[in-house]
Amino acid sequence: MDSCNCIEPQWPPDDLLMKYQYISDFFIALAYFSIPLELIYFVKKSAVFPYRWVLVQFGAFIVLCGATHLINLWTFTMHTRTVAMVMTTAKVFTAVVSCATALMLVHIIPDLLSVKTRELFLKNKAAELDREMGLIRTQEETGRHVRMLTHEIRSTLDRHTILKTTLVELGRTLALEECALWMPTRTGLELQLSYTLRQQNPVGYTVPIHLPVINQVFSSSHAVKISPKCPVARIRPAGKYMPGEVVAVRVPLLHLSNFQINDWPELSTKRYALMVLMLPSDSARQWHVHELELVEVVADQVAVALSHAAILEESMRARDLLMEQNVALDLARREAETAIRARNDFLAVMNHEMRTPMHAIIALSSLLQETELTPEQRLMVETILKSSNLLSTLINDVLDLSRLEDGSLQLDLGTFNLFAVFREVLNLIKPIASVKKLHVSLNLAPDLPEYAIGDEKRLMQTILNVVGNAVKFSKEGSISITAFVAKSELLRDSRTPEFFPVPSDNHFYLRVQVKDSGVGISPQDIPKLFTKFAQTQSTATRNSGGSGLGLAICKRYTFSLHLVSISVIVVVHWLQPNLYTGVFDFLAICLMFYLLYYVIRFVNLMEGHIWIESEGLGKGCTAIFMVKLGIPERSNEPKLPFMPKVPTNHGPTAFPGLKVLVMDENGVSRMVTKGLLVRLGCDVTMVSSSEECLRVVSHEHKVVFMDVCVPGMDGYEVAIRINEKFTKRHERPVIVALTGNTDKVTKENCMRVGMDGIILKPVSLDKMRSVLSDLLEHRVLFEAI
Amino acid sequence: MDVVNQLQRQFIDYSASLHREGFLDDQFTQLQKLQDDNSPDFVVEVASLFFEDCEKLINNMARALEQQQGVDFKQVDASVHQLKGSSSSIGAMRVKDVCIAFRSFCEAQNREGCLRCLQQVTHEYSLLKNKLQTLFRLQQQILAAGGSIPVVE
Repeated sequence: MDSCNCIEPQWPPDDLLMKYQYISDFFIALAYFSIPLELIYFVKKSAVFPYRWVLVQFGAFIVLCGATHLINLWTFTMHTRTVAMVMTTAKVFTAVVSCATALMLVHIIPDLLSVKTRELFLKNKAAELDREMGLIRTQEETGRHVRMLTHEIRSTLDRHTILKTTLVELGRTLALEECALWMPTRTGLELQLSYTLRQQNPVGYTVPIHLPVINQVFSSSHAVKISPKCPVARIRPAGKYMPGEVVAVRVPLLHLSNFQINDWPELSTKRYALMVLMLPSDSARQWHVHELELVEVVADQVAVALSHAAILEESMRARDLLMEQNVALDLARREAETAIRARNDFLAVMNHEMRTPMHAIIALSSLLQETELTPEQRLMVETILKSSNLLSTLINDVLDLSRLEDGSLQLDLGTFNLFAVFREVLNLIKPIASVKKLHVSLNLAPDLPEYAIGDEKRLMQTILNVVGNAVKFSKEGSISITAFVAKSELLRDSRTPEFFPVPSDNHFYLRVQVKDSGVGISPQDIPKLFTKFAQTQSTATRNSGGSGLGLAICKRYTFSLHLVSISVIVVVHWLQPNLYTGVFDFLAICLMFYLLYYVIRFVNLMEGHIWIESEGLGKGCTAIFMVKLGIPERSNEPKLPFMPKVPTNHGPTAFPGLKVLVMDENGVSRMVTKGLLVRLGCDVTMVSSSEECLRVVSHEHKVVFMDVCVPGMDGYEVAIRINEKFTKRHERPVIVALTGNTDKVTKENCMRVGMDGIILKPVSLDKMRSVLSDLLEHRVLFEAI
Repeated sequence: MDVVNQLQRQFIDYSASLHREGFLDDQFTQLQKLQDDNSPDFVVEVASLFFEDCEKLINNMARALEQQQGVDFKQVDASVHQLKGSSSSIGAMRVKDVCIAFRSFCEAQNREGCLRCLQQVTHEYSLLKNKLQTLFRLQQQILAAGGSIPVVE
């Protein structure tokens, strides 16, 4: 036998097992060789694979394993020693590499596993983000819905539209089955179904407001889920399987007063409405949080929109009211104007009518005085004359249009003898009093000054009136008149707290008390006397509580009594001189009423006060009035009292050589004026036209008289030109207007053009004299009637 | 002297009656006061001026009112105004009163009314003229008899 180095396999080659091993080995080798190929292929494809060198190692390991198995194939048959050697080498290498790889994998595998974990984590994160985005999207949707709803709600100011729109939009946005609004009734004790989404005409369902579920909703500012079985939710037709979930929210009904500038509306309002929203039944839908939020927001918006609508309604109503009031006021104003115009027309007529009879009376009485009279008759005639003169002044005052229009009754202040006034009053009253068998006594305080500055005529009228009243109201007994200077302690009377007289150096307060023993007045009635008078003019008369008696009554009474009495007197006197007594009484009474109006005005003007005291019925009453009079200075005392209309003798020329210019178109009146002025010693130049006047006027002329009411010739124009011509005031002559009417327009025009005075024609000698002296002294007159 | 007294008494009575009847008013008395030694014929002069004026104005007014077409009321008004002024200056009360009424008719442009007033004015004026002439004659007689005109208050 030759010795071969062949190695005998353990098993006989034809064994079946051998065959199987052979095949498996072959396939293993195949697989082992293809794995690295695959690996390389895929790794090449992938972008990221951090473990290349591991791959190489692994590849080497696999390849060697493959090689081993491949070589194993040869060992199934007889094989040489070389094959065995190769086999062994391969196995050795494989062992080395695989151990290295095994060692390597210990490091690698945890890494690979953590990659997996990270991947999972990332996937979770992604899912979470997805969820969140879903939420945000939902919220954005909700926001968009709210905005849209708000826009719809706020695009109208009509309450119904607002509420209807709210329900419709909510229903659409949230896909509701039913949406309803319950408003509180007027009484506030019930909620009434006012609006629903599906039912067109909600029946007037009411639900009492104090149900626990309703209270629960009202006390929370959030939307509250309520049971579908509660009364407010039971408004849809029953018979469904599963009623959908119901949510209710309160809608505050805000009032204007809830909006304060400083803090936002505290929900201190008590009135809420209830909004109920129902999801569709059988839908298994649930109320999501964002939907609830939407509902709450909408409810607030609705509240605001409703309050705006309410405010608008309010303001429209106020505006309509104002318009109505405007119309009414306009009407009232027009009526008032008509009334004033009527009154003025009436007065204008009466003015003339009243003066005419007065003329007759005065003229006739003075004529009567000239005739043969018994002393009694003479006394009476004198009384008539004096009373008529007083009345004449009254007429001038009462009916003088311009004064009434201005409301300015000026006092004619002058120095007069106070004692004489009282004596005069006494003389006037004595006849009447003696007829009534009343005893009149006058008591003048020793410290009462003899002369005082004030309006003599009107003071006399006041005293006469008060005394006359006393006489009238007394049937028997005595009247006592006391006059004294009011001292400061007595000035503040508890009865007249609003009257604070303050005496000063040049003024004193004259207090006159007239006490009678007549019927008296009960103290409760005294205030009533003083409430009927309506203070018309001057702001000086601020005695609150107003003092006086029915003005209208006085006037009406006196007008008629006046006319009657005057005519009676005249007639009776001519026929039966002895029947004077009753008639005098009559005259006195009517005069008293007429003068009463006067008293009040005068007393008020003199910053005085008048009131009545009485102990009660049957105890007589005392009328007291206080007026403010001026104290004349020492040097004025010897000045003679200012007695009106005493005809002075035609004395020596008063204004020698005074150069005067007279402008008058009318020949006759020009001549008359010239005559007057010549009598007074002036040097008169006459012109008959404005051009001539302007030509002739020079600085030598001291006074210019011009007639301004000639139509066609503008006296005002001349005045303006004269003013322009003489720029220096002392060179300019005094310009006086002669006119037949002294209404306000004429006066204003004269003042406007710079005239210094205005005289009413016809002018008497005395008037002209006094006017000239005033003018030259003061250089300003302003009115002489 | 007796004659003078009588005449004076007559004068006073007549004067008084004129006042009473309303022909003259206070203004006339004022005019009489203005008469003195410096201007002895003042009143007469004024009166004659007044008469002249009156006649002229009345003629003007009559002519203006006679126009069949378009009466110029403004002119008439102006004349009436003048007349009113003159009469009030002299103290002719009645004339003045008529003038006042005349003016209102003028303003109302009432031709009939104006014509009536014009008639009245003419009437009053002639009355007054007669009366005043009588008065002045009396005055002359007194002066001729050597007396002085009594002052009537």
